[in-house]
Amino acid sequence: MAFIQVENLEKTYLTGELKTEVLKNINFSVEKGEFVAIMGPSGSGKSTLLHILGFLDKPSQGKYLFEDKTMNEYTDDELAKIRNSRMGFVFQSFNLLSRTTVSDNVRLPLVYSPIKEELWNKMVLKAIDEVGLSHRQEYRPSQLSGGEQQRAAIARALVINPGVIFADEPTGNLDSKTGLQIMDIFKKLNHEKGHTIILITHEEEIADFAQRIIRLRDGRIESDKKI
Amino acid sequence: MNLKYSFKTSFEALRANKSRSVLTILGIVIGITAIILIMAIGQGGQDLILNQIKGMGATTLAIQPGREPEGFSDMASLFSDSLKEKDYLALKKKSNVPSVIEVMPEVVANATLSFEGETKQVSVIGASEILAEIMDIYPSEGSFFTEEDITARNSVVVIGSEVKEDLFGFSEAVGQKIKIKNRDFRVIGVFPQKGQVSMFNMDDMVVVPHTTAQKYLTGTNYYNEIILKAVSESAVPQAVREIEATMRESHNITDPSKDDFQVHTQADLVERVSVITNILTALLLSVATISLVVGGIGIMNIMLVSVTERTREIGLRKAVGAAQKDIMTQFLLESVLLTAIGGVIGIIAGAILAFLVSLILSQVLNLNWGFSFPISAAMAGLLVAALVGLIFGIYPAKKAATKNPIEALRYE
Repeated sequence: MAFIQVENLEKTYLTGELKTEVLKNINFSVEKGEFVAIMGPSGSGKSTLLHILGFLDKPSQGKYLFEDKTMNEYTDDELAKIRNSRMGFVFQSFNLLSRTTVSDNVRLPLVYSPIKEELWNKMVLKAIDEVGLSHRQEYRPSQLSGGEQQRAAIARALVINPGVIFADEPTGNLDSKTGLQIMDIFKKLNHEKGHTIILITHEEEIADFAQRIIRLRDGRIESDKKI
Repeated sequence: MNLKYSFKTSFEALRANKSRSVLTILGIVIGITAIILIMAIGQGGQDLILNQIKGMGATTLAIQPGREPEGFSDMASLFSDSLKEKDYLALKKKSNVPSVIEVMPEVVANATLSFEGETKQVSVIGASEILAEIMDIYPSEGSFFTEEDITARNSVVVIGSEVKEDLFGFSEAVGQKIKIKNRDFRVIGVFPQKGQVSMFNMDDMVVVPHTTAQKYLTGTNYYNEIILKAVSESAVPQAVREIEATMRESHNITDPSKDDFQVHTQADLVERVSVITNILTALLLSVATISLVVGGIGIMNIMLVSVTERTREIGLRKAVGAAQKDIMTQFLLESVLLTAIGGVIGIIAGAILAFLVSLILSQVLNLNWGFSFPISAAMAGLLVAALVGLIFGIYPAKKAATKNPIEALRYE
């Protein structure tokens, strides 16, 4: 079985009488170690798909298997546990806690994990080192550039060594040069460390870093190609 | 999430909004301060009164005229002229009341004193020669009156220290003649400064023989009170029975419910005072509680604002694996920490204020007021404060915990 498998997935929203179909008939699977870019114009449903894959939202119809288990088999607390131990998230707007330092931010997933506290510092330092931010670990987010903030966010996604990293337009708030640097980090994490990465973008230049591009349009898969 | 990190997170959040946190807990601080102050003062006042009552000795008993009123319309039963000389004489007979060693009638009147143009309004106590012994107060200048003064209805007076100061200043008082109700009284003694004893301010009164008081000051033939002393503390209940029997015989009463007198012991008095001060304290506490409720609503308000402000943070925490109970704990801990800090500040402020009040009362008003800080009140105050945080924090915390993570992450 595949690492991630989606079968006939549908998502509809009900706004009063109005039924909006955001995702229709979505089928694909992702193997361990893949680097997948999901592309599509705004309103194509790519964010909703990523949220469902990341256990932050639930499908209306169809099946989603993560590591051979369907999402419906988990309780909310179990979903939180899997998000904590098996998934990492990187957001467009970084979402760092402004009142604490980089290392405090990176430590955040560990705080909610069953991992022993003695190991935390080592894991935090390792994750910060992997994104090349060791010289900034005691800085606050407001003292960092956008690129550095996103690196801190990537370190936070990495710290528990998750099965998959979900990135939601990670370069959307950065200039193109910094965006490419961030993509280099993702590429390195995929190539050298074997992390599975699923990334959303609407920029072709960013999608080119992936080995596979899934294109969405109006809630359906338009194409699914390996590069 | 372990407790250490829960605390750390909550402290960070509170520190990030310092001035808001401080303002928020003000209501709690004021409420707890009021509670501590009221309890400390209530305790101090009760101790003071009880000490004064005990100062009269546990063996002291008092007979008062009238009976316990049966409701407001029956108040007149308290004012009665039923204590007469024949009662006093009957009680003086050792065979009637073997458990009693001393008997003293007491007459109380308000009168104006004057001496060379200086006047003063005072309480005049008509008593017998054993008053000094019963009240444990002996003249520091001159002497107390004797049995002969009583039988002869002599116009002699022993004055309190304040009366002496007001009328005579630093000059000699003993031997001088003062006017009470236009009759000359010879000052034969001055009491030392003593302060409040039981219901009397000893410094601000004068004592004359009870026979003199009846004849020249009140013009009545009854007593306001008869004071007795039992042979020992354990003999008090027996003394009460003997006194009641003697009084009923003297008044020809067969049915105890028709008694026209009451016998009070110090234990009765202690109990009554405790009941009154406890009721007063409870009343004041319930007022202070209102400020705690108001403070609690303030806490809830601010926590709701805080939850809304930190919607994205909540979304992020959920995304990285926080369960509902983790978020719930975090926000509850924040509100409980807020109110507990407010509680601690309130306890300290209340203790300081209570200390100042006791200082003022003892220094300025010259009361024998001890500063007492009830530890149990402090513990209760802290508990109540934390409870307020818990109760008023539940709704905001629940709101935070049940936020949808996607909507929370999208929140601008």
